[in-house]
This record gives sequence, structure tokens and C-alpha cells, in this order.
Amino acid sequence: MNTVTAPEYLPDTPSSSPTMRHFRAEKFDFWSFFFSGLTGLATLFILGILATILLNIIVNGWSGLSWHFVSTIPKKDFFDIHTTGVLPMIVGTTFRVIVMTIFVIPVGVITAIYLTEYASNTSIITRIIRAAVNNLAGVPSIVFGLFGLGFFINFIGKNLDVVLHNTNAIWGQPALIWASLTLAVMTLPVVIVATEESLKAIPPGLREASLALGATKLETILKIVLPQALPGIMTGGILAVSRAAGEVAPILFTGVAYYMASLPSHLSDQFMDLGYHVFVLSTQSPNIDQTRPILYATVLVLLILTFALNIVAILIRARVRKKLRALG
Amino acid sequence: MGIHRGHKARPVEWLAEKFIFFVSLSAILMVLLIFLFVAREALPVFFGQTNTALVQKPIPPEDLDKHSPAELEAYLEITPDQFAKMSKANLRDLMDVKVEEQDDIPDNFRDDPDARINTTQWKYLIQPHQWTDYDKPEYIWQPVGQIQKYNIIPLIVGTLKVTLVGLFFAVPLAVGAAIYVSQLARPRVREILKPAIELLSGIPSVVVGFFALLVMATVLQSIFHYQTRLNAFVAGLALGFAVIPVIFSIAEDALTSVPRAYTQAALALGASRWQTAWQIVLPAALPGVFAAAVLGFGRAIGETMIVLMVCSASVMSWSIFDSARSITTTIAAEMAEAVSGGPHYRILFMLGALLFAATFVSNMVGDFVIHRFKQKLEGKR
Repeated sequence: MNTVTAPEYLPDTPSSSPTMRHFRAEKFDFWSFFFSGLTGLATLFILGILATILLNIIVNGWSGLSWHFVSTIPKKDFFDIHTTGVLPMIVGTTFRVIVMTIFVIPVGVITAIYLTEYASNTSIITRIIRAAVNNLAGVPSIVFGLFGLGFFINFIGKNLDVVLHNTNAIWGQPALIWASLTLAVMTLPVVIVATEESLKAIPPGLREASLALGATKLETILKIVLPQALPGIMTGGILAVSRAAGEVAPILFTGVAYYMASLPSHLSDQFMDLGYHVFVLSTQSPNIDQTRPILYATVLVLLILTFALNIVAILIRARVRKKLRALG
Repeated sequence: MGIHRGHKARPVEWLAEKFIFFVSLSAILMVLLIFLFVAREALPVFFGQTNTALVQKPIPPEDLDKHSPAELEAYLEITPDQFAKMSKANLRDLMDVKVEEQDDIPDNFRDDPDARINTTQWKYLIQPHQWTDYDKPEYIWQPVGQIQKYNIIPLIVGTLKVTLVGLFFAVPLAVGAAIYVSQLARPRVREILKPAIELLSGIPSVVVGFFALLVMATVLQSIFHYQTRLNAFVAGLALGFAVIPVIFSIAEDALTSVPRAYTQAALALGASRWQTAWQIVLPAALPGVFAAAVLGFGRAIGETMIVLMVCSASVMSWSIFDSARSITTTIAAEMAEAVSGGPHYRILFMLGALLFAATFVSNMVGDFVIHRFKQKLEGKR
């Protein structure tokens, strides 16, 4: 990189006139041009990868997508293109994500409220909470799977069976509720961070006005702050949902089933899942060339589900950020 | 933070505040629980309470009272809980079964020295061992069969191999793009580029794995002409796709948070945009960029589905064109077959604890560096 410091651009090059110097420094410097170009290419390359993946899936998956495909419960042999369908997987993925949302949103939002509205930034407990949230965000998804198995199934579930005097294992085995709870733990940081960001975007003047009018702190939070923060909370929820919808590793041992003849109807049922189905189709197919169309169509369904949510979240977040920037 | 009134005046306020505080502790609780319960299942490995030796010296059931509970628990492979619940008669039955098992072992195994080894001892987990029928001491992970071999070194090598390929690919690209987006692109272009790159993180890893398996593996093989179609190189590149958005976001954030005065001063002195970005902004933001790479590393070693789908043979080799089996892959692929509470199950949990510790450390380092960096920029230090 030493070439970048070559003296030609320095203003005190003796041979050139002031205007020339200005011209050379501003108009053309080969190495600047070269390296700027490289970073630009890196950006383009990343976008190229993104576009390639998306286009490849859309082009190949589009033809396999039909109403029949998304509304059929397949037979045991789901590698057959004529009778297969992904209804149980769509239902399973949706179901587990909804149950997860019910748990993660309240806990995440309340934590964010504590961190922004109540906690002092210097106290040790606040710093520990923040460190924990950061750490939770970095725990590998497969470790969440192990945690779900060790804690929810082997500890809570098995003990629940003992307490309820179930002779067969009902709760002490992989189930929808355990998969959802595992995902809720995993997505907690997503909700906390997004909610916090939207809470910070609310002008302090609003809170002060409310307090000055005699409202208590709790009333201010419930009636002034939270309604304003709603778009941000939604973003957090959507991001969590889209992240969770595509995750496979945490549910491998906590509730997903290779095949089920009926749709899940109870929290203690196992379920089929879109992401896991993609994994099964691509690694366990007896004939990958015949499975390919089903596989592409399944991937497309999964992508539509997660991407639609992601784009909505990004749009809302962009608006929240703009508001935040306007403030400070 | 408002006026603090006594809780007697407003009991509801007071209760709500306490409630909110306790709920907010749940993040801490979860981290503790994860550590506790993953470690709990792995503890017997750390304390040497698992035993995979096929041929053991049987304890005659009559000698039940001569042995301590700890010895019997290890011998019968049961937990203290189970032991406490059992009556003497039950224990005798179990010991009878154990003696019969020993009688059933085929004769050829009796002479095999490997059958007398407890392969879950640390010695066998991390050092090479000369197994029967092998020419030299080797690192082998082979948890199925009569003699289960649990050497974790091939898994660690596999993890590092795939992770390093991924980072070599992802770090330059992501940091380059971060420099471009934060320093060189016009604000309008920037508004579009940033969310577009972040969209990459919205692609589920199972989809990246699928793409690598079906499309990339074939394309790359036709370009590089290597032997094994599915290898650590393909897995590493695919892993790179998954970590690019992580590294990009953090690096871009760090570059953007460098005060504008730095940039303006450099530009005013006649430096070009690139010179400003490379010689002024990047050095100032270096800790943040470093942290981005560290956090990317943490994300990469924890990624499961991509490596699971692209390659999974556990060979002990540093070549990136050989297959590799990472720690995450091993857990995901083998947990379903492992008997709950058995040695294999315990070792998989031990691997999970190892992984948790590794990402915990890399997260801590990354966060610490970013924290210091931000404080420095804000002039607090």
C-alpha cells in the first residue's frame, strides 16, 4: 500500500502550478481510482452473490409452485413430484413461530423498557444485562438446540410428566412448545435491540410533557412511549420471526419430525418444518435429479416467507432510523 | 429519570417497576441456564464418569455391599439419582445383567486391547492412539461400532479449516464493501446498498447450504478440478456468504462512527477520497473492524446447516480440498442416534459446551474492543 503515499499528490510538488496541483489531486489519482474501484467491486460482488442465489431459486422454483403444492399433505414418500406438497411444513413453521412470538415479544419489550426507561447506564446490573443480551445473540444456534434438549425436554418436560402423573412421555419428548421456547430464547436479543432502538428514537420532550401534566412514569410509558414505539417493536418482532422461520439447527432435537401424516394440533405434538424439509430433500433424496424441482419450489416457499417479512422489517426500520437521525 | 416518589404513595408504580426489573433479568438467567444445562449433561465426561470399555472386570452381585455407591454408579453407568431410587434387589438384577453382558462378548474382542480401553478418557479424546489394525497412532472420530473412537481433534481441525476459508473470503469482501458504502458511495447510493447487503443475512442458512450443495459445488469443481466434489473449500465459501452481512454491518458501523471532522480535515488538505478512507478513517476505525472480524469468527464456528449439508466426512486433514466435519455438524448429525445419557450423548454435549465457551470468548473480546473504541471516539478515555 506504500504506493498510495507516493508524493505526486502532495500539494508542494514543485513543478506544477497551483491550479495544476489542484487538478491532479482532485481529478485523477491512479491508485485512489484503483482501490476505490476494488472496494466498489467487492460491494458489487456481494450484491452479485445475493442476486445469483435469489434469481437461481426464483427461476428454478417458480414452475414448481402451484396451489396444489402448497395445499397438499404429502404421503410418506414425499420425494414424488406428483403427490407431494408442503402444507404441513408451512403450518408447522408458522405454528412454531407464532408460539415463539407469544413468549418472546413481552419479555423482549419489557427488558428494552427497563434498559431505556428505568436503568441507569452506569449501574453494574445494566451492564451485565447488556453483556448477557450481546452474548445471547452470539451463541451458536446448535447450542440452543442442545439447551432446548437438556433444559426444556430433559429437565422441565420430564419433571412435568412426573408431576402430572403421565405414564407415557407427553412433555418429556420433542414437541412444538419446546421448539418454540428454544427459538424464543434465541431471538430474545433481536427483539430487545430493535425495541430499544425505537424507544430511544422518541423525543424526551414527549415524556417530560406527559410527566409535567401529572402522569406517572408507568402511565407515560404505557400511554405515550409505547404507542410511539409500536413500529419499532413490530420491526423487532418481524425480524425475530423471519430469523426464526429459517432456523433449523435449534429445532433438530427439540421438536421437528421427518414425517407426520397429520397437521400438528397440540403444543405437545411434533411438527414438520420448511427449513428442515429443505435439508431432508437435499441430503436424503434417493434421486436428486427427480427431487430437484420439489426442492427448488420448497426453497422458494421458505424464501418468500422469510424475505417478505425481512423487507417489511427493513422498510419500517429505515423510517425509525430516519426519525432517530433527525433528532440527533 | 424523573422524580422518585416513595413506593407507599404509588404501590402500583412500585410493583410495576419491580416487575419490569425482574423480567429484564431474564436475559442473564437464560445465559446462565444455557451454560448450566449444556454443562450439566457434559459433566460426566469432565469427571471421568463415562466408560466405554467393552471388556470390564465383572463385579459379582454378591459383592454389592463391598463397593462404594460411586464405584457402582460408574460400573452400572447410572446417575446418583437413579442409584438412590433403586432397591438392593433392583441393583442386584442390574449387576446380573452386566455379568451376562460380559459373558456374551465374542472371543475375538476379548483379546483386542482396544476393547479394554475407556475411550472417553481425555487421553483418548485429544491424543492420537494406535488402534488395533492401524500402522501408526492416529486421530480418529468414529462413534459407531463396537469400539467407539472419540478423538475430537479431527473435528476441531475441520471446524478451523472451514471457518478460516470462510473468513479469508468474507473479511476482505465485507470490509471492502463497508469502506465503499460508508466512505466512497454517494448518500443516495448508500441508502440503497446498505439494506441490500443486509438482505443477505435474511437468507436462511439452510438455503445457503442448499445453494452450495446443488449449484456452487458443481461450478467450483469445474473451475478448480479437484477430486472431492463436496469439500471444506465449498463449505468455507458458503460459510463466507453467511458471515459477510455480520462483518459488513459491524465494520460499516465502526467506519461511519469515525468523526466527520477527521474526513473533512483530510479532504481539505488535498487528500483524495480513497486516501482519506484508507489512511485516516480505516486506521481510526481499526478496532471496530477487528471486532467485526472476531464476531464474524464467532458466527462462523457456530454455523451448522451449511457445513452439515456440504460436507461431513471426518477426515484428519489440513487440505481445504478434502472433506471436513465441524463440531456443529457432528452434534447435529449424531445427536439423534446417540442414546440419551450414554457416552456418545455426553461427548456431544461436551462439544457443545466447548463451542459455547469459544463463542462466548470471541463475543466478549469483540464487544470489549468495540466498547473501548466507541469510548475513545467519544473522547471519554
